[in-house]
Amino acid sequence: MISDDTRVQFYKDMVRIRTYEAALQRDYHADKTPQWDIGAGLIPGEMHLAAGQEPVAVGLCANLEQDDAITGPHRPHHLALAKGVDMKAMTAEIFGRVTGLCHGKGGHMHLFDPANHFSCSGIIAQGMPVAVGQAFAFNRKGTDNVAVAVAGEGAANQGAFHEALNLAAMWKLPVIFIIEDNDWAISVARDTATPIKDGSLRAAAYGMPSARIEGNDVEAIYEACKIAVDRARAGGGPTMLEIHTVRLWGHFEGDAQAYRGDELQEATERDPIPAYEKRLRAAGLLDDEAVAAIQAEAQAEVEAAIAFAKESPEPKPSDAYLHVFA
Amino acid sequence: MTATIDASTRRVTTAKAISEAIAQEMRTDPNVFVMGEDVGPYGGIFGSTGGLFDEFGATRIIDTPISETGFIGAGIGAAVEGMRPVVELMFVDFFGVCFDQIYNHMAKIHYESGGNVKVPMVLMMAVGGGYSDAAQHSQCLWASFAHMPGMKVVAPSNPYDAKGLMISAIRDDNPVIFMFHKGVMGLPWMAKNPRSIGPVPEEEYTVPIGKAAVAHEGSDVTVVSISMSVQHCLDVAEELEGDVSVEVLDLRSLVPLDREAILASVAKTGRLVIVDEDYKSFGMSGEVIATIADHDPSMLKAPVQRVCYPDVPVPYARVLEYEVLPTRDKIKAAIAKVMG
Repeated sequence: MISDDTRVQFYKDMVRIRTYEAALQRDYHADKTPQWDIGAGLIPGEMHLAAGQEPVAVGLCANLEQDDAITGPHRPHHLALAKGVDMKAMTAEIFGRVTGLCHGKGGHMHLFDPANHFSCSGIIAQGMPVAVGQAFAFNRKGTDNVAVAVAGEGAANQGAFHEALNLAAMWKLPVIFIIEDNDWAISVARDTATPIKDGSLRAAAYGMPSARIEGNDVEAIYEACKIAVDRARAGGGPTMLEIHTVRLWGHFEGDAQAYRGDELQEATERDPIPAYEKRLRAAGLLDDEAVAAIQAEAQAEVEAAIAFAKESPEPKPSDAYLHVFA
Repeated sequence: MTATIDASTRRVTTAKAISEAIAQEMRTDPNVFVMGEDVGPYGGIFGSTGGLFDEFGATRIIDTPISETGFIGAGIGAAVEGMRPVVELMFVDFFGVCFDQIYNHMAKIHYESGGNVKVPMVLMMAVGGGYSDAAQHSQCLWASFAHMPGMKVVAPSNPYDAKGLMISAIRDDNPVIFMFHKGVMGLPWMAKNPRSIGPVPEEEYTVPIGKAAVAHEGSDVTVVSISMSVQHCLDVAEELEGDVSVEVLDLRSLVPLDREAILASVAKTGRLVIVDEDYKSFGMSGEVIATIADHDPSMLKAPVQRVCYPDVPVPYARVLEYEVLPTRDKIKAAIAKVMG
């Protein structure tokens, strides 16, 4: 039974992430004028936003402690924020500032926060074996921490996914494999990439418990992750969860998504945040005033983080030569 | 820390020197462990982990499935959480199935994180040919790793250096590619140069990574090499004693490259031969020449000679393979040519 306070907290956490990414989207496009140029502006480079996938991050991370690890994919902001990565330092990193998490060396696909054991990689599925190694270290050090590997459904067609599952199952390590199935690998539809309708079936090949979670419902995701995390902490080994979620926006900013056709409208109607808000209103946990306050609080935090990033200095050009070796 | 070698120092193979280095580090640091294919009871296909399983057991000497992306990635994950994995990739030639973990993750995480995350990991692997293992099991490929930033690249030529370099590699906070040439290991089942068995002190000592060694002093010509080919160069230098004074410079590592040692030796001799079992183009030999060219091309009294693997895959038949391998005869001919 999820408490009322927790339910409201789930909503707040999802609103916080959405508000953050909406603001990034706004600022990302704001100065790519007069001609849109991916390398121009205060936020240059590729930008993969996770609108629609907030329930995965929030439902998962509500089960995690600071010393648990996550390796995330190229679309990492929702996971990073839910895991506790400092919003200001992360934003400064995305703006390429010296105050950023990685002093401007990483950018939005390469966020490293060792204090929260958070990292991500821009290479599809390749963060998953790394999580296996983190779990190995937790196991050998005798802690009850767990490592979570998060990747998209497209990543589950990669060899690294299968190698990671096999190793984790063989060594009975505390790993949770989360597949965010948002139906699209850039422009390639899930159902044209694999004949398996339920990707969680793949875990059976490694003798690993698994489930597919439909509905993009933060509470169902929380409950499923709780079982997996509890099992891992208790020494019961890895679990794989395929969570059917939704990608509300483009693969990257600037993606016109012509390939989605009518599905895009249908996806928009599956936005999990208004749906959850409606449920909490019906349960008497939210009203207009509470929603407005939550949104205002999120907006204020986000704008402060963006202001911090914009006010922060850029790295010195010569910093490019630092940190090749320890 | 250096160790002394005298007449009483025992002589061991390079394989034994490497496994002993790992064992000694494992005894003092519980974070060190070994992972790879056939590193357990078998002791490593080329002997690099011989005896370790008996002492440390299956929790620290871990046989993996044939799953290089999986277990190299796992090594990276363990390293970022504070362990010191020694991971074996059986043959360097297999890097094609796992290179993303190596160059996009192991080598870049420290930089990408702005120095906040360290990856103290040794990735050791067998290199080299000369025994008809053909195109997919005989390459050296060290320049391919050295080309990409973020990895140290070490390749010892003898047992003493192998032990000291392995201890340095395990203690290093950076990823270290540790390449042992099969011909250097002193294996009982492969023809070997006597130099593959040599004096190795029993105590722990380090050989610094990034310092070349003058393996044979000379004044007429500098022969720069690494790994197995150093043994051939030393054979030639000794054979030519009294005729040509050959200085053999054993680079011992490509990253860091000891450019000062190259410049110092060539400043003395004015003549340069490079012997490299890796492919010729875009590789170690070109980098050594560039080191001279960038500094002062007038140091050279004669054009440089390169004895390198020509740009062909490794052939199978013995007569074909030895046509393209660096050999003593080719090294002698190159020395004769630069001497004019």
